Amino acid sequence: MTVNGEAVSGEVEPRLLLVHFLRDNLRLTGTHWGCDTSNCGTCVVWMDGVPVKSCTVLAAMASGRDIRTVEGLEVNGELDPVQKGFIEMHGLQCGFCTPGMMLTARWLLDHNPDPSETEIREAISGQICRCTGYENIVRAIRWAAENSNGNGAAMKEEVGA
Amino acid sequence: MTDLQQRPDGVGFGRVIRKEDARFVRGKGNYVDDIVLPGMLFGAVLRSPYAHAKIVSIDTSAAEAHPKVKAVITGALLETLSLAWIPSLSHDVIAVLATDKVRYQGQEVAFVVAEDKYAARDALELIDVEYEVLAPVVDAKRALDPDAAVIRTDIEGKKDNYIFDWGSGDEDATEAVFKKADVIVEQDMLYPRVHPAPMETCGAVADMDPISGKLTIYCTTQAPHAHRTLYALVAGLPEHKLRVFSPDIGGGFGNKVGIYPGYVLAVVGSILTKRPVKWVEDRSENLMSTSFARDYHMHGKIAATKDGKILGLRVDVLADHGAFNNTAQPTKFPAGFFHVFSGSYDLEAAYCAVKGVYTNKAPGGVAYACSFRVTEAVYVVERMVDRLALELDMDPADLRMKNLLRPEQFPYTSPTGWEYDSGEYPRALELAMKMAGYWDLRKEQAEKRARGELMGIGISFFTETVGAGPKKHMDILGLGMADGCEVRVHPTGKAVVRLSVQTQGQGHETTFAQIVSEVTGIPVADVEVVHGDTDNTPFGLGTYGSRSTPVSGAAAAVASKRIVDKARLIAAAMLECSPDDLEWELGRWQVKGDPSAGKTIAEIAFAAHATLELPEGLEGHLDASCVYDPPNLTFPFGAYICVVDVDPGTAKVTVRRFIAVDDCGPRINPMIVEGQVHGGLADGVGMALMESIAFDEDGNCLGGSLMDYLLPTSIECPSWETGETVTPSPHHPLGLKGVGESATVGSPPAVVNAVLDALKPFGVKHADMPLTPAQVWRAMQGRPMRTDMAIQ
Repeated sequence: MTVNGEAVSGEVEPRLLLVHFLRDNLRLTGTHWGCDTSNCGTCVVWMDGVPVKSCTVLAAMASGRDIRTVEGLEVNGELDPVQKGFIEMHGLQCGFCTPGMMLTARWLLDHNPDPSETEIREAISGQICRCTGYENIVRAIRWAAENSNGNGAAMKEEVGA
Repeated sequence: MTDLQQRPDGVGFGRVIRKEDARFVRGKGNYVDDIVLPGMLFGAVLRSPYAHAKIVSIDTSAAEAHPKVKAVITGALLETLSLAWIPSLSHDVIAVLATDKVRYQGQEVAFVVAEDKYAARDALELIDVEYEVLAPVVDAKRALDPDAAVIRTDIEGKKDNYIFDWGSGDEDATEAVFKKADVIVEQDMLYPRVHPAPMETCGAVADMDPISGKLTIYCTTQAPHAHRTLYALVAGLPEHKLRVFSPDIGGGFGNKVGIYPGYVLAVVGSILTKRPVKWVEDRSENLMSTSFARDYHMHGKIAATKDGKILGLRVDVLADHGAFNNTAQPTKFPAGFFHVFSGSYDLEAAYCAVKGVYTNKAPGGVAYACSFRVTEAVYVVERMVDRLALELDMDPADLRMKNLLRPEQFPYTSPTGWEYDSGEYPRALELAMKMAGYWDLRKEQAEKRARGELMGIGISFFTETVGAGPKKHMDILGLGMADGCEVRVHPTGKAVVRLSVQTQGQGHETTFAQIVSEVTGIPVADVEVVHGDTDNTPFGLGTYGSRSTPVSGAAAAVASKRIVDKARLIAAAMLECSPDDLEWELGRWQVKGDPSAGKTIAEIAFAAHATLELPEGLEGHLDASCVYDPPNLTFPFGAYICVVDVDPGTAKVTVRRFIAVDDCGPRINPMIVEGQVHGGLADGVGMALMESIAFDEDGNCLGGSLMDYLLPTSIECPSWETGETVTPSPHHPLGLKGVGESATVGSPPAVVNAVLDALKPFGVKHADMPLTPAQVWRAMQGRPMRTDMAIQ
């Protein structure tokens, strides 16, 4: 598979979860393990351009696929507008749900660059945050939409390539 | 001192983006499960499938034969180390691994240490435990029945499930006001068992260095120093050879205060294998075995005159503490600060009686941003006031306004002896009502009711009780609740501040830098915060009960003031004048009447480390420390208004609006305060509408995963509307009060009051949380259910 644009390979047990492969084998610990039941969304990564919950994807199922994690949001030392939005609008507190939230937000903005509050709330509704009450996450994603300067679109091409 | 505008020079209080975010948005946080040490092994816990069962035998031979298993630990082995039982936080004991019997579903029975975490889980399947199932005690109301099974047979002579009786207030005076009252309203209500459920579960990495004998424990703890001392006391480990390190914590909310068996097992595993051992629980383990919150069965009784003057309040509580009494609160207070239940009102008398019982459920009780059970207290009084309003046919806002404490009554001594430090209650309620457009909402509601639509408006006015606490009244296992802080200014004028408390998302790396900056004038960016490492921070009891700002924040302010005072003496030496001739202009001591002659804190810092001859008796360098023993608690407060719509066809509740006016004194960083309030409001919506850990008749936990234990998402939460008033604390050096738990404490009754207000046409007087569609539907039929048991 490729992870954040780099080819990686490894022999794994058939039962190994993608979240554990990323965290333990590749040491990409920005992807978190929160619930095992696809409810919390701290483990969200992209697989072939689509957000998935990596606690319910087997590493073997990701073979040959293109994975993007939070570590792949920053490109050439430049934070993604979503990352900047989370900082500017206080969209995070403990930071545990943040990587998954940001990856879903990036996907939303790639497909809907000017989402309404309702559309943002729908998009992140499969993920749980215990700190922010969601308000500032919504504001952060709106901030990113308003401050993208074409940055997001450029990123989309890179990732989709 | 408390200018809330952000200064252009990045100094002091105001909206500052957080220092910690740079790593979190890059996925570079450092949580316990991210820690990898050379040669590290992995632990997994075998848990009881039964709520109550005798352990007949445990056969670990197959597990031990697993090629990747390094150790299998049972209660019998721990007994040889005197570690099978450890003291609880409430003068009881808890089992690390069950020896005689299991007392709740999910209790720890054995621990496997293996080369990888999958192998450790595999080996759990190879352990053969023979149980003899016993009758469980599930219903707290039947725990003291003569035929109830005795849970704590480990306590010599124990013949029942009784833990304690405790009361506060003047019972006779309260009975007297009930005798003269025109109106008395009584109501049973349950604050169900809920769970803090931080996104990061609990875990630890224990690393015993067999050569130096130094044990390092990386742990999800809100209180690293308290943990270190408890390990030393419990296990007899020398405290200087113990280092507790609390790295980034993925949310705590009180879930990460206590010492869990898993932590102790990781330590024992490391000692036995001489290698680092990591243990991280999964979500089910977190929900089923770690500190739950609430589980208070309350009977409220309120007395008033017929024109709505509240005279007295009495509450009788049956407290379900689970299988071990392991609530985390100051020693003298077995019901936490519940006795602040007279709330924000001017009452003649109040009395509460709390009875604690054991049941076959996980231990805990004080958690989930509860401010030591102020959550339950606020819920009962705010529900009782609404019940009274219903009985008197008065508007709940009018009834509250008539009875709120008036500003001139502060400092106010409550009927149960609390001294509220400061408050301007009517101002906060007026602001909330104005923001909500309260009377317009009532008009809209009347119109909708006429059309058969169900709209509800709920109010809650809360008084928080935080910043525990004065040493003369408060300790945890004998440790006084004072906190230390050290501030050091480097020669070039940059500073480091070392804290006893530990952030779990509250942003201490930013806000404590702001406190030091506010007092010394050193820019926020130039102040580094060190915390979470017992080898490198002063002692203190940690972060919970919204105590960081009122206690540790005060310590930081006092230490910073000592820096400024010392800087004055050094500046005087530099300027060859008397200290009395100098005046402080933030960040600079200057000569009175000649502002051009002065020295900045950076210049003074360098001189303090240089060759300047200092005045007699003054040592060099520019550092200071403080151990702060708060003279009193602080009492933040707020007025909340919730607007809900209930679907008459499905009984589904939608929170349309939520208006929250908070007064926590001056705000260090308004952005962070607002964020804390938002999070607590979401907790309140969750508890009021969704969250509950119930049990079936066999004691099976029905809330053991996030599929069953429902947490609010972005869909259930409205866009919060927040407002503020500012009433400083008279005794905190910067007037600060603390805010972390205010919204969790204050919001549930606002939601519940709103839903019951919507259901008024059905004649519903009360229904217990969570107000799920099923519960609301049943309430509309006049038969609300108990929410602590499987659906009857």
